[in-house]
Amino acid sequence: MPETTVPATQPLIHARALTKCFGSFTAVNGIDFDVAPGEAFGFLGPNGAGKTSTMRMIGTVSPVTSGELTVFGLDPAQHGARIRARLGVVPQADTLDSELSVLENLLIFGRYFDLSWAESRRRATELLEFVQLTERAGDKVEPLSGGMKRRLVIARSLINEPSLLLLDEPTTGLDPQARHLVWDRLYRLKQRGVTLCLTTHYMDEAEQLCDRLVVMDQARIVAEGSPRQLIDKYVTREVLELRFRRNDDETDDSAHLDGRLEGLAERIEQLPDRVLVYTADGEAAAATAYERGLRPASVLVRRSSLEDVFLRLTGRSLVD
Amino acid sequence: MIALRIAPPRALTRPTRIVQRNMLVYRRSFMVIFSGFFEPLFYLFSMGFGVGALIGNVPLANGTSVPYAVFVAPALLASSAMNGAIYETSNNFFFKLKYAKLYDAIISTPMSLNDIARGEVMWALLRGSLYAIGFLVVIAVLGLAGLGLLTSPLGLLAFPAAMVVGFGFAGAGLAVTTFVRHWRDFDFVQLAIMPMFLFSGTFYPIDAYPPALQAIVQATPLYRGVHLIRALTTGTPDAVLLLDVAYLLTMGLIGLAITSRRLGKLLQS
Repeated sequence: MPETTVPATQPLIHARALTKCFGSFTAVNGIDFDVAPGEAFGFLGPNGAGKTSTMRMIGTVSPVTSGELTVFGLDPAQHGARIRARLGVVPQADTLDSELSVLENLLIFGRYFDLSWAESRRRATELLEFVQLTERAGDKVEPLSGGMKRRLVIARSLINEPSLLLLDEPTTGLDPQARHLVWDRLYRLKQRGVTLCLTTHYMDEAEQLCDRLVVMDQARIVAEGSPRQLIDKYVTREVLELRFRRNDDETDDSAHLDGRLEGLAERIEQLPDRVLVYTADGEAAAATAYERGLRPASVLVRRSSLEDVFLRLTGRSLVD
Repeated sequence: MIALRIAPPRALTRPTRIVQRNMLVYRRSFMVIFSGFFEPLFYLFSMGFGVGALIGNVPLANGTSVPYAVFVAPALLASSAMNGAIYETSNNFFFKLKYAKLYDAIISTPMSLNDIARGEVMWALLRGSLYAIGFLVVIAVLGLAGLGLLTSPLGLLAFPAAMVVGFGFAGAGLAVTTFVRHWRDFDFVQLAIMPMFLFSGTFYPIDAYPPALQAIVQATPLYRGVHLIRALTTGTPDAVLLLDVAYLLTMGLIGLAITSRRLGKLLQS
């Protein structure tokens, strides 16, 4: 069997007009993207944007409805097993084997990948070390914390030493400490040359992990670039957040801005609970607003983020 | 690439990974497995010897008559092969499919849907084979004690025959379970299994029925299994055995094919 080797220049994942429909519902609507070897690539978007459907198509567990998709240069419909042999998958829900111990979960997964018991055990031991679960090797899976389960799933996804790792919302539902531990492990994998392809609806996660990302909304890609590029292109350097006191009639003072922020900034976004003023200099804008007689309850100047990019592109926030 | 080592094809090795996974699970609680060993024995002693003492001899299809225990023992072997296969492929398979989400994880590996279906059938057969061997050993021991329940050397074929029965029901069991939405639905499975167990010529010859009913009973898979194994243990084989085997193998193969397709629908949307 001739082994298909992908030249360094050829993308690991290549998608053109990729579409996924469930009946009359279109989950992914003609998206184009490429993921290069060694890259950390992200899909950023709210729930229901089509991120998971895209990941499942790449993972060859969901047939492509139409369009073009190759993984390692291979067609998922034709070579599913060969693609999966080189792929690591961290699904959104922890699909651990609840009837087996922590170590056994890794051992048997190695067997599914045709590893010998000895090789599987060698790698499992190493991986438990890597995700700091060695002490829990003999324990059942159920009593593990959410963060530990997630780390175990990551260890499991690495048992076949994949060159491409698919991570569907790797830190959703984890506490901040657990998230940072997961990020740290993923960062190390990236440094070892593993290609990461992940979905997230956390902008900080995308900023931390992704070299390049696409913003997805309602089954389409609405923007593409590095986190920095996207911020530079779609929003200003700083954001001034003004919060106003709520009045008895359920309106707040922001309803009576009367254009007093006019000309103050490149763009003004009025949210239900606050007003966002996009400007190069937040402090100066705050001072001007004050001069013009505005008396907000609180004033915050911060660096702009991918959250702002998303708001700009879709008019909605990422996490509702 | 020229393979210099001789390795079994992956179509055979991959399903064994499912068997190994199940063995890991039962390693800690293998006593549970033995529970299924006793059921046919209890029936053998209560019906075969207990009730049998009241009945005396029973006529076989070829006209010869045999003690009731000799008549009923092969039917119990067939029923236990059926029950073992159904138990493993109904509740246990359903739990892994719908609750443990076991296969959702496995499909992200090179394992195929066929591998999963074949592996679960292999496991059900492995478990069933323990019961068949246990039952046959008890029969052999009783034979040494002068209670000859195997009246023919063909009886040695009762073991592979029990495996054929197990295969038929395991394949069908998996297929049916892929359509089950809730535990409640398994009551319908029992509704099919129980009358088969009672009325498929298990405890008395089906001559007792009117011809139309006989035809219906003959069309059921357990009847084919009982007929097959009884013909072997009593040394009364006929050409119909081939029909029995073909029926059961076909049922198993169709079941496997349906299972793979359904798993695709359920897991790979």
